[in-house]
Amino acid sequence: MLTVAYASLFYMATAVLVGGLAFRIWGYATTPAPLKIPTTPAPKTRGGVVLRLGREVVLFESLFKANKWIWLFGWLFHAALVVVLLRHLRYFTLPVWWWVGLIQPFGVYAGLAMVAGLVGLWARRALVSRIRYISAPSDHLMLALLVGIAVSGLMMKYVTHTDVVAVKSFVLGLLYFNWQPIPADPVLLVHLALVAALMIVFPFSKLLHAPGVFFSPTRNQIDNPRERRHLANWARELEASRS
Amino acid sequence: MEQLKTLDGDSEFPDPLEIPDLIPGCMAASKPYVAAPQFQEPLGFPRELVENWQDKAIAKMAELRSKYRSFRVFLDCCVKCGACTDKCHYFLGTGDPKNMPVARQDLLRQVYRRHFTLAGKYLPWLVGARDLTEEVLDDWYSYFHQCSQCRRCSVYCPYGIDTAEISMAGREIMDSIGKGEKYCNEVISKVHSIGNNLGLPKKALKSTLQDLEEEVLEETGVPVRFPLDEEGAEILLVAPSADYFAEPHVAGLIGYAKVFHQAGVTWTISSYALEAANFGMFIGSYENMREIALRIRKAALALGVKRLVFGECGHAWRAAYSFLNTLAGPFDFLDQRYPIPQHICEFTHDLIQAGKLKFDKSKNDHLRLTFHDSCNIARASRLGNVPGGQFEIPRAILKACCNHFYDMAPDTIKESTVCCGGGGGLLTDELIDIRKAGAQPRMRALRQVAEEHGVTHMAAMCAICKAQFSKVLPMYGFDREAILSLHQLVSNAIILEKDSQESGGNEG
Repeated sequence: MLTVAYASLFYMATAVLVGGLAFRIWGYATTPAPLKIPTTPAPKTRGGVVLRLGREVVLFESLFKANKWIWLFGWLFHAALVVVLLRHLRYFTLPVWWWVGLIQPFGVYAGLAMVAGLVGLWARRALVSRIRYISAPSDHLMLALLVGIAVSGLMMKYVTHTDVVAVKSFVLGLLYFNWQPIPADPVLLVHLALVAALMIVFPFSKLLHAPGVFFSPTRNQIDNPRERRHLANWARELEASRS
Repeated sequence: MEQLKTLDGDSEFPDPLEIPDLIPGCMAASKPYVAAPQFQEPLGFPRELVENWQDKAIAKMAELRSKYRSFRVFLDCCVKCGACTDKCHYFLGTGDPKNMPVARQDLLRQVYRRHFTLAGKYLPWLVGARDLTEEVLDDWYSYFHQCSQCRRCSVYCPYGIDTAEISMAGREIMDSIGKGEKYCNEVISKVHSIGNNLGLPKKALKSTLQDLEEEVLEETGVPVRFPLDEEGAEILLVAPSADYFAEPHVAGLIGYAKVFHQAGVTWTISSYALEAANFGMFIGSYENMREIALRIRKAALALGVKRLVFGECGHAWRAAYSFLNTLAGPFDFLDQRYPIPQHICEFTHDLIQAGKLKFDKSKNDHLRLTFHDSCNIARASRLGNVPGGQFEIPRAILKACCNHFYDMAPDTIKESTVCCGGGGGLLTDELIDIRKAGAQPRMRALRQVAEEHGVTHMAAMCAICKAQFSKVLPMYGFDREAILSLHQLVSNAIILEKDSQESGGNEG
């Protein structure tokens, strides 16, 4: 029963995440940017734009210019999240890829770093009056959700051990449509339910910043308006009336 | 300008970017006059607030969402990290939290969420979504007219969210329901009917230019021309109309004319397309911006010029550099060997590089100078071939013609420059409080270099900056004439030769 519920939940969550994100990205990609609006100085070539976006995504360049504390906590959280996600690949691969095995020990520290980053961000949200002013309940809930995921995950490492072999067979069962029983460990169930919730809210929330950054015209446009005429389709239609 | 000689370092000057305490609602009452019906109509907007304005506004939002990727992405992906909260000069000057860029965006985002997102439709309290009430519309009108569209926040946003795009969209929505700003819409009406922002008729222009020719001849003994509507000239100069009548703008115009004279090129001004400014940008109206830009294309064709050169104006250079090709191109009938359009600073700088301009720098020795980067040139365009040329070229010109130049604090110049406080369609008397407050960071930075380096004057290359500073400098204890045109300094120091032909044909 529990297994059926969780299996269905994860199929549903995956469908919402993938379908929802595809729908959003399709929307961003097909909406024209009628004017050249890169924040300058901007790169003059496609390669330069790739580098600019790369620095933005990997190093959070603009945020670094803006505020060192937000950068520190935000970067710490995101970098740690990447390591933690990669560490979790061990539940999805058989045999476990060699490099996934290699990062296992770091994954635990990354989990702790993730919590530290989130707590830092949350503290600022609560304590800095400017940021408190712009925060809606959903902004706090999102942090709560992420902290919940991280803490429940760490609990399985440090407090109550879960039968990870059984977890892995459950996950692989989902992947290969050969369902295996899920261990009825409350901490695990909370952890997985929160992860599913995150997957479901992703396409409907500010988590859209992840795909959004790649579509931001101020960051992804090439600075060449004098050399190349840039014209949106809807603007082209206005040209018909021109002498 | 008053010089305070306190170089002992004891005296403390306020940090230009000092973050104020929050004072909610303190600027809610600051709003511009609403445009009268006769100035709405020529722009294609309803004469006054329409009956079903809520529905119309939401429909307009849906339209903008389908036409502008910036609108959609920027409203979706803000995470409320707070990086922008201390970056707006209007927030720094007032402490009103709705002048924090993210909070300004949220005025629109809360309505967008209510109507265009699942969470906002069913759980509005959770995500801070709101209906478009009269109160919200009032906030839009107040606070979207407390944004000078300077893009400083967009430099610092991890996703490049540009509040300028949001305030433009907000103004466009308000225009579409009949609540336009008097200042911008009156100006645009004048451009559509007369050809320039100030409504200068051709006759007045002609006599101004004649006076200038006489004045320069008298002063220098050199016949520098100020040609109007001359067919077959090589260059069409498009400058902001303030350059023809306001101080210190005119002094800059004289500088352009002297540079053209020395370059030995023929040039002309067009009475039909006199205006470089394009207020269509401020109200976010592609159609109005396009119509204004097309005047320049028509004039260039009619006069048979080969090149387009723009005068000193910030947003005008954005509209020219970034948008002109889109709105009124392709310019295949112009000489492709030169940038289209070209900025007067690029023109002058090229001549300096080629060794074709000679200066007597001592002519500017009575001035100790600093330079104000105008936001639209700094963050929305480029000068020259190298990214960042917009910072280096004006400074190179200044250093070529002045001996005493000092930059202001690094976090207030170049890409971090702080707005003059009067840009984006805010240069109107009823907004003087917010204009004064918005100038505070720049005025404090100026105070620092005045104290540390004895700086007496500040050069700028934007008609709005110049007009705004002339007004607010005295409010901060400076002389109103402490603001100069960049080409005024060129004009002061340039060594003119009688016969411009001798100085030799084409420049690089």
